[in-house]
Formats: sequence, structure tokens, C-alpha cells
Amino acid sequence: MIILIINNVVILAGIGGFLAMLLVIADYFLANYGDCNIDINQGKKKFTVKGGSSLLSSLAEKMVFIPSACGGKGTCGLCKVKLLKEIGPVLPTEKPYLDKDELKNGVRLSCQIKVKQDIFIHIPEALFSIKKFRGKVERIIDYTYDIKGVYIKLDEPKNIEFKAGQYVQLESKKYGKVKQVVSRAYSMSSPPFEEDKIELIIRLVPDGIMTNYVHKQLHQGDDISFTGPYGEFFIRDSKADMIFVAGGSGMAPFKSILADLEKQQSKRRIVYLFGARTEKDLFLVDEMRHFEDTLADFTFIPVLSQADEDSDWKGKKGYIPPILKDYVKDPDNTEGYLCGSPGLLAVTEKEMHKLGIKNVYYDSFG
Amino acid sequence: MEINSYVIFFAAIFTSNILLTNFLGMCSYLSVSRELESSFGLGMAVFFVLTVTSALNYIIYHYILVPLDLVYLQYIVFIIVIAAFVQLAEMVIERFSPLLYYSLGIFLPLITVNCAILGVSLFLVIRQYSFIQSVAYGAGSGIGWLFAIMMLAGIRNRVKDKYLPKGMAGAAISLLATGIMALAFIGFSGVVIIQ
Ligand SMILES: Cc1cc2nc3c(=O)[nH]c(=O)nc-3n(C[C@H](O)[C@H](O)[C@H](O)COP(=O)(O)OP(=O)(O)OC[C@H]3O[C@@H](n4cnc5c(N)ncnc54)[C@H](O)[C@@H]3O)c2cc1C
Ligand code: FES
Repeated sequence: MIILIINNVVILAGIGGFLAMLLVIADYFLANYGDCNIDINQGKKKFTVKGGSSLLSSLAEKMVFIPSACGGKGTCGLCKVKLLKEIGPVLPTEKPYLDKDELKNGVRLSCQIKVKQDIFIHIPEALFSIKKFRGKVERIIDYTYDIKGVYIKLDEPKNIEFKAGQYVQLESKKYGKVKQVVSRAYSMSSPPFEEDKIELIIRLVPDGIMTNYVHKQLHQGDDISFTGPYGEFFIRDSKADMIFVAGGSGMAPFKSILADLEKQQSKRRIVYLFGARTEKDLFLVDEMRHFEDTLADFTFIPVLSQADEDSDWKGKKGYIPPILKDYVKDPDNTEGYLCGSPGLLAVTEKEMHKLGIKNVYYDSFG
Repeated sequence: MEINSYVIFFAAIFTSNILLTNFLGMCSYLSVSRELESSFGLGMAVFFVLTVTSALNYIIYHYILVPLDLVYLQYIVFIIVIAAFVQLAEMVIERFSPLLYYSLGIFLPLITVNCAILGVSLFLVIRQYSFIQSVAYGAGSGIGWLFAIMMLAGIRNRVKDKYLPKGMAGAAISLLATGIMALAFIGFSGVVIIQ
């Protein structure tokens, strides 16, 4: 009997072991891409990495940071790089983000392609100035029940240079059951002239990896790191009227922009429509009223979509798109700046175009 | 034993469709059949894995388990072989065809637990098929499964925006459609019998 059992175990282990060995050998030969060279902008920067990882993470390892708001999930389409030498077919995960010209010119999503051979790429020079910053949480403010403001004091480098409206990519650490380290985009809400610290305004997303980390794990004094600055969402230099539209944490870039405009003593006409559900979702109202006093021509208009029946809310009710027309004087001389959820942006942009506003800029948090 | 391999191949697609007559491989069939494209991807992966694992399991059964008198270990061994093969297939595909990897890749791990795969390996032992017959049966069953899931996906696409009583939406209507399909397929079964 014992012999039979041992016999069985040995045979089973033998078959299992043989298959496992086969897999290990296959893995060694198949998944080993050896060392690969990456060449950026025709020799401007060159290094060797171990093959097998995504181009995005291989570059980040060598301190070259490509915008990647979704953290490499293939959903933001921001991590484009131009390949100077083809490395294989475009993947279905990339297609939705590439237009005809880009496909023709060898533009690819760097988070989707793996480094399996020597790679030659071209990226905008400006990306070389993106750095990794280390700092400490200086303080955390509760703006609403689900929105927090996080001040980060910089340790290394000590100063950051950016344009109001740009964003950084915050890096999380492992916590609880989450074994993944992720990076997510957050707009800076502090003005550029406060060079030694930044503020981020972060809304809790149920089950969100980063937002739960920030809301529940992060405390004053904790170390934290981010890369940046990224993005093209900043005020265009002109004399045109401006309409800002935001919802929720979309407040962040406008807080920075307004403080910057205040410092420059801007004379431009600005209307800021801020969408929220109820009064509980409003925040920084006093700060906005302060800007109404200090800026030459600024109006802040909170709009509640689900104001409580019994509340004494006297402001605007409903949704922003239908009331936009009340605030546009001369569409040809008006710029739209939108920030928040993709849904809000899509309908607002459509409405603005309908009203004849051609220059609409936005940052989608999707 | 006498049945021609071609007959087995076609019978496995139509008259003895593994999904519609044995109702094996139901859970991925029901959960992935929402879109035609992904149904096709999963179906192709099942076809590929079924064909190869039926050959592998035939060899292991007849040249290792039978001589050593260990046929009662077949369940465990078959599952290990299937799991290992799926892993290997994933690696090979990733290396040589990233495009295929992305369209199949997410479905491959699902296949390890698709009971149609284990079912086919067990049937070919019970029915005492030869090597060629086994491969024909495996490939045929794979194509049969691909057929079934594509058809359900097509039906679900049509039913999607039609009015349905509350309790009927989702899994209920899919199961009903499967039942009706099964009836239609059983209509073929007088043509040839392979079990
Ligand atoms: C350019 C840019 C700037 C941004 N700036 C800010 C900012 O200033 N403040 C801020 O709070 N966020 C901002 N975001 C959004 C932010 O980057 C994250 O997407 C968000 O905080 C969720 O991260 P997470 O890791 O917690 O969720 P994840 O773990 O990534 O997601 C969990 C689930 O929630 C869904 N989800 C993801 N984002 C949202 C969302 N915003 N609302 C509802 N559901 C969602 C996902 O689809 C997923 O199913 C910005 C995004 C971009 C692209
Ligand atoms: S990082 Fe977002 S798509 Fe590549």
C-alpha cells in the first residue's frame, strides 16, 4: 500500500516537475530578450535596458518621463512616442488613440509596446526637463466629504517650475491588499510662484487605488514622490474673454490659474461656472469670492444640479451647458477652458461650439 | 473504433457538439458571448488548445499512464497538462505574435478552467479513440464550440435592445436561446452517432 502511494506521488511529481521544467526552460528562452539599446532623438540620449518591460517603464527607469496620466493602462493616449524604426504591427489597444498621420509616421503608445530589440525613438525636447520630485506631506485639508487638498513640501529637488494648469503624476506605495504601485495624474492647484511646494486636490473614487491611498493611508509628514510637470492646459496669452467650466476636483487647475492671474493683475473678463450636486459638494467658495474682489473682472458662479428642496440656496440651479449662453458676450473673442469628468467636458464643449466659441481648451480627468 | 476520423471531426462539430449536446464549457460561453469579436477570439483559443491538448493527453495516457497502470490519475494529469500547455502557448504567442497575443491573450488563462477541454480528453479515453481520431475529435469539438459561442453572440446582439420581461433579461434569455440551438443541433443526430 505504502509503496503504491509513494509510487503515485513520485509519478505525479515527475510529470508535474517535467512540465514545470519545460515551462522554465521555455520562459528562459522565450521571455528573455537580453539587453536592448534605446536611442532617443538620434543619439541625444542613449542607454541600455533589460528587455521585456514596456517602453514607458523602461524610459522611466532611466529618468526619462513620458506623460502617462492613466499610469500605463492604455486609456489616456498621452504616452505617444515616435519610432524612427518600425518594431512590429500596431496593437488593437493602441489604434483608438492614433490618427491616420500618426499611424503613418510610426507614432505608438509607449505603455503598450514592449522593449524586445533595439529601439530608436523621437520625443519632444521639452520632455527632457520633466523630473522626479521627492517631498513630504505638509498638511491635508478636508474640502468636502470626498475631496481633500494635499500640500507637498519639496525635498529633492527643492523647487518646481511649471505653468498654472499643468499636472503631475503622483506615485502610490503598496498598502493593505494593494500590492501594485500606480501613478495617476493630478493638476497642481497651488500657483507657480509658490515654488517650494505644490497642492493637489483629490476626489475619492470608490475602489480607486490612488485616491483610497491618499484619503485613507497618507498622513502629515509622510514621504511621497511624483514626476512632472506635464500637460498643455494653461491660459493662452491673449486679451479674449475667458469662460472656465469645472466640476468636483476640476477646481484644481483653476485655483492655480486664478492665483497666477491675480499676481499678474490680469484685466481679462473671466466667468467661472462650477458645477456641483448639492451645497455639500461646494468648496473654496470664500477663496473664489476673494478673487472676485481682487481681479479686475471675475465672476464665480456655482451651479447646483440637485439642490436640496428645503435648502435656502439662492444661486443657480440645474446644469451648466444650458445657461452658458447667458455669459458669452462675443463668441469670436471668447476662450473656453474646461476641466473635469469626460461627460461634463463633452457636452460643454459641444455647447460652446454651438455658441460659436472656437477656442476651447480642456483637461479630461477620464 | 471503426469510425472514420473525418466522420468524427464533423460529428464533433454538428451532431455531438460538445457545448450543445454535452453542455460543457458553459461558463465562459455565457460570460464572453456579449460581443462577436471577443467570442471569436475565445473560440479560436479554445479550438487551438483543444486540438493540441487532446493529442498531448492521448500520448500521455497511452504511453505513460496505461503502461504504469495509473489510469485513475488521469483527471489530475490531464488538468496539469492543460494548464502547462496554456502557459506555454501564452509565452509562445506573446513572443512571436504580439498582435494575436493581445486579441487572445486575455482569454488564454480562462481556458485552463474551461471544462470542455478536460471533457474532450476524458471522452477520447472512454471512447477508445486512436491518435488520429483523438485529434480529429479535439479539433472538431473546438470548431463546434467556436460555432456555438459565435451563434449565441449573434443572437444576443439582436436581442440586446429588444423589450424583454424583467426576469428574462441577461442569463435567462441566453440559456433559452442555447436550449433552442441545442434542439436544432440534436436534429442532426440521426445522421451519425459517434458515442
Ligand atoms: C490630466 C489629468 C488631470 C487630473 N487631475 C485630477 C485632479 O486634479 N484631481 C483628481 O481628483 N483627479 C484628477 N484626475 C483623475 C486621476 O488621475 C485619477 O484617474 C483618479 O483620481 C482615480 O484614480 P484611482 O487610482 O483612485 O482609481 P483607479 O484605481 O484608477 O480606478 C478605479 C475605478 O474608478 C474608475 N474611475 C477612474 N477615475 C474616475 C473618476 N475621476 N471618476 C469616477 N470613476 C473613475 C475607473 O474606471 C476604475 O473602474 C486627473 C486625470 C487626468 C488625466
Ligand atoms: S499611459 Fe495612458 S495610454 Fe499609455
